[in-house]
Amino acid sequence: MFVAWRDLRFAKGRFALIGAVIVLITLLVGMLSGLTAGLARENVSAVTGLPADMIAFSGSGGDGGPSFSDSAVTERQWRRWAQEPGVESAEPLGVATTKAEAGDGNADGAIAAVSVFGVRPGGGLGPVPDGFGGDSAVLSEGAAEDLGAAEGDTVTVAGRELTVTEVRGDASFSHTPVVWTSLEAWQGIAPPSGPADPSDGSGGADGGGTATVIALTTDGGPDTDAAAADTDERAGTTTVTKADSLAAIGSYTSENGSLQLMRGFLFAISALVIGAFFTVWTIQRGPDVAVLKALGASTGTLLRDALGQALVLLVGGTAAGTAAAAALGAAVSGSDVPFVLTPGTVLAPAAVMVALGALGAAMSVRRITSVDPLTALGSAR
Amino acid sequence: MRLELNDVTLTYPDGDGRLTALDRVSLAVPGGGLTAVVGPSGSGKSSLLAVAATLIRPDSGTVAVDGVRVEGLAPGRLAELRRRRIGIVFQQPNLLASLTAAEQLQVMAQIDGRSPRKARPRALELLEAVGLADLADRRPHQLSGGQRQRVNIARALMNDPAVLLVDEPTSALDHERGSAVIDLIARLTREQGTATVLVTHDRAHLGAADRVAEVFDGRLRVPEPTG
Ligand SMILES: Nc1ncnc2c1ncn2[C@@H]1O[C@H](COP(=O)(O)OP(=O)(O)O)[C@@H](O)[C@H]1O
Ligand SMILES: [Mg+2]
Repeated sequence: MFVAWRDLRFAKGRFALIGAVIVLITLLVGMLSGLTAGLARENVSAVTGLPADMIAFSGSGGDGGPSFSDSAVTERQWRRWAQEPGVESAEPLGVATTKAEAGDGNADGAIAAVSVFGVRPGGGLGPVPDGFGGDSAVLSEGAAEDLGAAEGDTVTVAGRELTVTEVRGDASFSHTPVVWTSLEAWQGIAPPSGPADPSDGSGGADGGGTATVIALTTDGGPDTDAAAADTDERAGTTTVTKADSLAAIGSYTSENGSLQLMRGFLFAISALVIGAFFTVWTIQRGPDVAVLKALGASTGTLLRDALGQALVLLVGGTAAGTAAAAALGAAVSGSDVPFVLTPGTVLAPAAVMVALGALGAAMSVRRITSVDPLTALGSAR
Repeated sequence: MRLELNDVTLTYPDGDGRLTALDRVSLAVPGGGLTAVVGPSGSGKSSLLAVAATLIRPDSGTVAVDGVRVEGLAPGRLAELRRRRIGIVFQQPNLLASLTAAEQLQVMAQIDGRSPRKARPRALELLEAVGLADLADRRPHQLSGGQRQRVNIARALMNDPAVLLVDEPTSALDHERGSAVIDLIARLTREQGTATVLVTHDRAHLGAADRVAEVFDGRLRVPEPTG
């Protein structure tokens, strides 16, 4: 690194330029990552927060896989699931996105879009383990804020008045805050519209068990998947892991896909830019490399120094960019910007930046290998 | 003999055939000896140095540097031989733009895996020997052509080489500065005990040499050592 350090200082203009590019791309990637995670949280936190490891949807999947908006499970289906060996609990969950209004529906209360999650009282799915009966509701903080409602207030959801018994958690689904209520109230608010299960004699809303999906807690045994497929067959359901069920949230798949694509492009661009810079730089210092080789420097030493130099630049630039992204993220946290600031959202992309940049640099400094020391001897330099 | 070339033949690809740059050349130089090599342009002088410097493998013949036969050595071993036993003074100074004069010498320790910082006293000593004691912290663009050439010479001696190979060191200098550089090389050859081969096109500089070998069309004519 003897020459490499001095080259860094001597050609500071050039290195500052590429360093600034690395800082800016890292900043962009960091912000995009925080935003992606923030948007994802608004989309899926209610589902990821469920105390379950698999989700059963109605139907056999069909085109495009299961979907929260199309699914409607019957009481019979969840009872069947509850009886399966290896299934520790099977809980019906109603999911519907609708409008809620603060007050009793006559006053001019605040109106907000919310996701109504109907859970069985005492079933353990909601934020209040003991459950809440009848026409009571537990608002997520987001819903309470949007509606300007607090404990003891009344909110009207799709014409049905619910009493707020508690404000708890920050569950959010498809960019709308969650209002938890009883499955019974939920059925009144959002009668499932999916195709009825022909094998289900009770049919429709009268059975008291109809919901959107079934949240399953399994014992995680080795043949859980095979057993689930088997039960799916008999119950007429499609069961996926909780992580896979996120794809069934329409807005999540499309948003997340395009944001990840942007991030991927940024990674590729930075690797290419760094590769291009070090290609030009390595070509420029070809004569110096020839001299050092003629003087007896081994190719390995020269490669190591060149890579070390690239790493100094990469790590320095990435650290600065990540720090800037973290600072910006901290500044917007608490505002309405959905930005999640965790080591995962800022450090992981930084590590990818360094790794890809190093790869780009490695591809370009490789040409040091082919520099012929004989060229140092001639008069034409 | 610290440098021995025996029956060396070197050809370059040339159109359909091959061009013979060195034709069964033999040369032996003892430690402390200065052999000047003269000859017209294109006669093979630089090729001779390149073979001695292990930068190019001859088609046939043998090369021994400080008793080490170079044929069959792997590239890594050749590089080691170059940095430890061979000093090269390039025709152009070939200094690294980002390094000061002292650092140009210190880098020789670094490429040999030693601490450049610890090598600094030795670098300053050599810079003093070539008359640049006061300019140790200047970068190449702050030095004159003659000063750069003296750094080039000092660098070649940094790792106490057994063999010193010098290719037309005065081509970029006026006559007076050129003579000073040749005298310097002659003095350092005696002081350091290197086996020195000095390629030059300027016959006025030959007085400093022990003997003068002439190349013509790849053939080397070496007079019997006198005295
Ligand atoms: N790399 C090379 N490839 C092909 N021919 C070369 C190469 N280097 C030198 N030559 C040829 O070999 C001959 C000797 O060149 P050189 O050793 O450079 O002579 P000098 O240094 O005496 O001018 C010349 O005819 C030159 O054109
Ligand atoms: Mg020449």
